[in-house]
Amino acid sequence: MRRYIDFYITSMKMAVIEQWQYPVANYFYMIGMIAEPVIYMVVWSAVATQQGGEVGGYTPGAFAAYYIVWTLVRSMNVVFTPYGWEWRIRQGQLSMSLMRPIHPLHNDVAFFAGWKVVVITLWIPLALALSLFFKPDLHPTLLDGIVFFFAIWFAYLIRTMTLSLLGMVTFWTTRVSALFELYFAAELVLSGRLVPLSLMPEWVQRLAWFFPFRWAFGYPIEALIGNMPVRDLLIGLGMQVAWIIFGAAAVSLVWKVAIRRFSAVGG
Amino acid sequence: MTGIKLAFNYLRIGIMNEFQYRANLYIQILQTFIALGTGLIGLNLVFAQTSQLGGWGKADLLAVMGVFTMTGGFIRAAIQPNMERLMEEIREGTLDYALTKPADSQLLVSVREFRLWQLVDVLTGAIVVIIALVQLNWLMDIWSVLGFFSALVMGGLMVYCFWLIITSTAFWFVRVHEIANLFEGLYAAGRWPVDIYPNWLRYGLTFLVPVAFAVTVPASAITGRLTFETWLGALALTVTLFIIARTIWLIGVKNYSGASA
Repeated sequence: MRRYIDFYITSMKMAVIEQWQYPVANYFYMIGMIAEPVIYMVVWSAVATQQGGEVGGYTPGAFAAYYIVWTLVRSMNVVFTPYGWEWRIRQGQLSMSLMRPIHPLHNDVAFFAGWKVVVITLWIPLALALSLFFKPDLHPTLLDGIVFFFAIWFAYLIRTMTLSLLGMVTFWTTRVSALFELYFAAELVLSGRLVPLSLMPEWVQRLAWFFPFRWAFGYPIEALIGNMPVRDLLIGLGMQVAWIIFGAAAVSLVWKVAIRRFSAVGG
Repeated sequence: MTGIKLAFNYLRIGIMNEFQYRANLYIQILQTFIALGTGLIGLNLVFAQTSQLGGWGKADLLAVMGVFTMTGGFIRAAIQPNMERLMEEIREGTLDYALTKPADSQLLVSVREFRLWQLVDVLTGAIVVIIALVQLNWLMDIWSVLGFFSALVMGGLMVYCFWLIITSTAFWFVRVHEIANLFEGLYAAGRWPVDIYPNWLRYGLTFLVPVAFAVTVPASAITGRLTFETWLGALALTVTLFIIARTIWLIGVKNYSGASA
């Protein structure tokens, strides 16, 4: 246990130092990312205004709150990409991490967790600027805030597990980009990234319950902005923990089978 | 004349290159359909709640989406790959090989790459536009057709100039890779007509990043919204942007010292 804690703290520190060197590059990346929710926000605010100030329970101010919180959740959501796994496996880069006496997944989790510290710091001024322009309607309680804090880190872990699983498909076939694209399209629609799930048809909302997507995206946002009853907040956290445990078990199981198939190409 | 011949030859090589990787065509088709599908889902969600958005009906916005897909395909086929290669070569110092060739340097760096399979997007976008026009009970009108095609050409030229200006800054700043990501994010705003955006954003999308001229103006032309004044404005801006891009390119090349090629 000690060595894991040591490893995590050191890796996170390294990630912070490394990423702090590139604030401009990090900012360009974040601004490119922010264009997406701003578009959704503008479109939906226009719709809400046209419908007499509200659509699906959201006012323009509520949409602003939703999509500004969205930017933080999205930043937390960035994990080692399945395209990275493809590269790792195809190029044989994995060989190096296999030499280490620790599961390579720990390295990913720790590095990106450290990076998040930099990302959150850079996010604050952006969020303030967006709030000035779009005037969000946001009144979280202390409990909402606490749940949100845990929910975004749990979301980060859920997405780490699901995308690692997806990336590991590369152990069996290297033609994976089509599969990845399909996955991301499903995620876009079922997670609450495109629109708040309450604007989706009833059956889509019910369907979304059974996938990990909404627990890693829509739920944390709604926890902060939605004035959810305590019961729903706790159910959400419970679902998140369940997905993390399930995901971690699946990753370690698939890893055990997959690693026997791995034949490094080079590197 | 030799310029056209040169561009044509590079186009031929580019197409031959792409034919080596035919499986990519299927991946491209799948990607196009996923993008189109999610776009349609977004459009339907909006129009489940309202019947018009900023004066545009559902079929009008379908036309906007068609033009968005077409222009996006053209950018990814002909503009972006050239500019990304240029960025790389400025950084690495291998631009020497292009500059020493006996042809106009700007022309040369703008025609070297061509991604044929991206034209799937152009074709699909065109089909979407046609479907939208059928839904609108569109009557053939020579002026809207001329306006549409001229606006498409001008929009394409403006996006090219924008990319060239941004890429030329690599002569001074070297690290501009994130710009591509930035452009893709901003270009996505073109999925909706720029009229719906707040003023500051609309001006930005018109004059800083010419998304308005690349997508909204051609869509306005084909749906009968384009005024002659806007068309003239587009023409003036195309010429201005081209002159600016050319000037910055020439200064940049003078500044270029070649690294270690």
